[in-house]
Amino acid sequence: MSLLRVESLRTFIDSADGTLRAVDDVSFDVSSGETFALLGESGCGKSMTALSLMRLLPDAGRIAGGRVLLDGCDLLALTEAEMRQVRGRDLAMIFQEPSTSLNPVLSVGRQIGEVLSRHTPLRGDAAKRRAVELLDAVGIPDAPRRLEEFPFQFSGGMKQRVMIAMALAGDPRLLIADEPTTALDVTIQAQVLELLGDLQRSRGMGMLLITHDLGIVGQLAQRVGVMYAGQLVEVAERRAFFERPRHPYSQKLFAALPRPARRGAGLETIPGSVPSLAASFAGCRFAERCAHAWARCRSEPPSWHGTDAGHGVRCHLYAPGAAPVDRAGAALPATPERDDRQPVPAPLLEASGLKVHFPIRRGLFKRTVGQVRAVDGVSLGLTSGRTLALVGESGCGKTTAGKAILQLIRPTAGSVRFGGEELTALGGERLRRLRGQMQIVFQDPYASLDPRMRVGDIIEEGMGALKAGAAAAERERRTVGLLERVGLSGEMRGRYPHEFSGGQRQRIAIARALAVEPRLLVCDEPTSALDVSVQAQILNLLRELQASLGLAYLFITHNIAVVEYLAHEVAVMYLGRIVERGSAAEVLGDPKHPYTEALLSAVPRLDAQGQRPLIVLRSDLPSPANPPSGCHFHPRCPRAMPQCARDYPTETRLDDTRRVRCLLYG
Amino acid sequence: MMPVVLWTDALVFLLIACAAGAGFYVGRREYLLASWRRVGESRAGMAALTVLLAFVAVGLLDSLHYRPRLDVAAGKPGGGYSTEVRSALDALLLPLKAATEKTYSAPLATHLYAKETVELPDGSQARLFPRLKHGGAHLQDAEAKWGRDVALRVLRGLALAVLCGLTFAALAAQLAARHWGIGRLAAWRRIRRGETRIAWNAVLATLAVLLLIAGPVASLAGGYHVFGTDKVGQDVLYLTLKSIRTGLVIGTITTLAMLPFAVALGIAAGYLGGWVDDVIQYIYTTLNSIPGVLLIAAAVLMVQVAIDTHPDWFATGAQRADARLLALCLILGVTSWTGLCRLLRAETLKLRELEYVQAAQAFGASAIRVMGRHILPNVMHIVLIAVVMDFSGLVLAEAVLSYIGIGVDPSTISFGTMINTARLELAREPVVWWSLLAAFVFMFVLVLAANLFADAVRDAFDPRLAGRRAALREKTA
Repeated sequence: MSLLRVESLRTFIDSADGTLRAVDDVSFDVSSGETFALLGESGCGKSMTALSLMRLLPDAGRIAGGRVLLDGCDLLALTEAEMRQVRGRDLAMIFQEPSTSLNPVLSVGRQIGEVLSRHTPLRGDAAKRRAVELLDAVGIPDAPRRLEEFPFQFSGGMKQRVMIAMALAGDPRLLIADEPTTALDVTIQAQVLELLGDLQRSRGMGMLLITHDLGIVGQLAQRVGVMYAGQLVEVAERRAFFERPRHPYSQKLFAALPRPARRGAGLETIPGSVPSLAASFAGCRFAERCAHAWARCRSEPPSWHGTDAGHGVRCHLYAPGAAPVDRAGAALPATPERDDRQPVPAPLLEASGLKVHFPIRRGLFKRTVGQVRAVDGVSLGLTSGRTLALVGESGCGKTTAGKAILQLIRPTAGSVRFGGEELTALGGERLRRLRGQMQIVFQDPYASLDPRMRVGDIIEEGMGALKAGAAAAERERRTVGLLERVGLSGEMRGRYPHEFSGGQRQRIAIARALAVEPRLLVCDEPTSALDVSVQAQILNLLRELQASLGLAYLFITHNIAVVEYLAHEVAVMYLGRIVERGSAAEVLGDPKHPYTEALLSAVPRLDAQGQRPLIVLRSDLPSPANPPSGCHFHPRCPRAMPQCARDYPTETRLDDTRRVRCLLYG
Repeated sequence: MMPVVLWTDALVFLLIACAAGAGFYVGRREYLLASWRRVGESRAGMAALTVLLAFVAVGLLDSLHYRPRLDVAAGKPGGGYSTEVRSALDALLLPLKAATEKTYSAPLATHLYAKETVELPDGSQARLFPRLKHGGAHLQDAEAKWGRDVALRVLRGLALAVLCGLTFAALAAQLAARHWGIGRLAAWRRIRRGETRIAWNAVLATLAVLLLIAGPVASLAGGYHVFGTDKVGQDVLYLTLKSIRTGLVIGTITTLAMLPFAVALGIAAGYLGGWVDDVIQYIYTTLNSIPGVLLIAAAVLMVQVAIDTHPDWFATGAQRADARLLALCLILGVTSWTGLCRLLRAETLKLRELEYVQAAQAFGASAIRVMGRHILPNVMHIVLIAVVMDFSGLVLAEAVLSYIGIGVDPSTISFGTMINTARLELAREPVVWWSLLAAFVFMFVLVLAANLFADAVRDAFDPRLAGRRAALREKTA
């Protein structure tokens, strides 16, 4: 008998646009010792399902029907007081954002103690011993001391470990993990995923894992449920799912993932976006975006079709008697990639010895007591029509480096030459004229467009700021052209940003940058806030634009899959310095620096063969205000040697394009 | 007659022009219009707005000033103008203004409140309460007929009010019927049940209550002093109506004087940072640490001395009093911008880090342009909320300042001066309670309406309440 059984659960949310059917007739089981992954894009109702199980819905939400049986006991029938007993003891939950899930004014020990005193008879010293055990179990070193510390003294990964320890305190039988690693860096994510897997195996817990990342599913889950628009559309064993996804949506999710094999070809995209859950659906909810849809899909909602061994699909294609379908849609024609070895023209952008230091001021007179070395001697070059990916964990200074190149932050030292002109020496009017040639696309499409301006005004802003002369009619004509260029229609220029989806907003942000005809585009994590299918659309757009306009991209990202797909060259940054650079194939295929190796090994892969053995890094990224002596990486490096603590390695040229800073190659 | 535009009049008209311009601007921007519609949906907000508009109407009538032409017979050849400045409200209330008694009389009284030695027709003298010159003067036998007369006038007033109310209702139904293209009765039913986007039923109900109060009062005012008279025999109803303009002027023009400081300095401090931020912060921290009343008292006394030593600056007494009122507004404005400035600085600090601001910087947009195009529109909701919430505080501040003698000119009629004189009236025996009560009731209603309206505006514009609002609406629906 399964541990958790959810039967046609329905959760509605009342909103200004009507009732959202956030979870609509969802049924699944989770057994003890099993990890069940709920997979889907944002807005598909994954988190609402989890919150419904915990009965922690927002004010406007309500459970409209269904049953949630935990060991045969219907949670929806319990009173609130009984439910409080269940939460934390039988069911525990880990949230996405560790920095806001802990109370900042209580010590970690107090917060774990709270759970212990609520759900166990342990008090006083016994409770403290138990808390130390829990912190040990989640891999926090020096647990007795850290118990007295406050959340701000922990790093992001450590906070998530504390959250896990708190969730384990009541010895739950089912752990719900809602995007547990989305806010964390790749190397930290690998640590946390491994920890979750170990804990679940050793305790025989059931785990409900909510994620949008196929890689995480592949690493952790035994069974997978795919959610779309409030419904489960496919449930399968992991292996069967990865080998042969049945539902067209699942197939598209796989096809939309960027990977090296698809380099040079367009990525498969899912047209449109997840429909509003306020609508009532006549047919299949995916029909509008489905390549296989036919008349029946639009008129009749598909029912659940179980196929072999626990594999079920909600799709008319699998109804008895329907024609079988092949797995993948028609492959997109690969456009021949430009030759990587053509003679290299003069670089468009050349930065050398770039440094950005932020002073730390203390005391009454704001004396400078130290420097945060956010960027500490970065050198890189970029030519037209090429993409340089700047890769690294958050806090390593990649965004600061990008802004310093654009002179949005004035560098402390070093030189940036753009098209032959030294930017750091320019100021005022001459710099302003050059600004048109280098533009930036930001990470968060929700924060990068002024909510009080119309799309047309947003796009025209750059033209207005840089070329005050152009006539209004001419500008309007160009705005329409730009909108069409990025795949929107010209009549959208009268609308406000809030009327657009995330992907459309990012297109508007790209159109805004293109409006001033730049030669260099700094893309600061342009797809990390977007869903996989939308990410594919944006990546395709960026690739097309580069091919037709000859743009140079400085692509700042932590997403290795995107780098593999898009970048020509890669520079890996660690604590303000570039530790390895070279062409994409070289760096990603044969990493030399131990940090690059660890970073690549931490990326979850879909295919088990491609997975390198995980190199788990000790501890977290050190503070750039106080970097370690010698090689910055040596305290975490699995291959550190005694001299690594003394000298910072100089740059070693391995061949024409390849450079690495490591004493192993010195 | 010769129109006179006092400085505060000019500013009031400027404010109205600004409000009309803002209305036009909002009307063309969907996201702003949506917020104002939410104000329109709030019943309490719309009821408060109706009351406020009634006050504003009185205040506006009182802002149209002129100097009446002197009678040619009495004047020089070619005619001259009186040195007395009147307003349109004065002209409307001329019977009330002219009907002065000798001294105190109670509300609706027919006799004075103090005994006097009068000479009787037969030549003897007696101490008694003499008949009023105006209040109840139409009654032959005051004792016997008073009750009947008052009741009749109340009934007549009520009848008038009901008539007016029905006309309004019919007009509203007619307009609504035309708008929706349905029958008048059906339209009325929809309005009454609140099935309209804007809470018209709250507006009409408030209007009905206002009419039911105003009708009998107006009807009684024809023959009596409804709120009695003050020490020099002026009608208290007239005084309270005249006080409304002073309160509104203080509440709005002070804001006008304060906004440039608060908005410019707040945004500049937040956006530019560095030494600009330091200087502005030092200024407002210093200003905040001096007791406000002290600062205001010093400034008002300086202005007063300046006005007193230059009587030639002003043609009429009204202009002099107006100058002092304006000075008070400016002084209050200069001392009260710090709170809003601090709020705006904090919000700007947040907005400055947002990516759309950085995108503008990447285009090479100048600091002024970024502040004007990106920061200002995104902090306007805070400005609006602060302005509406400050209004009632300022009306109360005027009363307090006038009470301690550093407010408006003693010749300006205001709630503060009325309360100040009431201090002595409460100390005498028998107590004169009606001036204080009248001033209190009017001020209370004005401030309450302003506060309720401010709440509605805050709820509609505060983005943090957006989610909860939707949930609440669903629950109530």
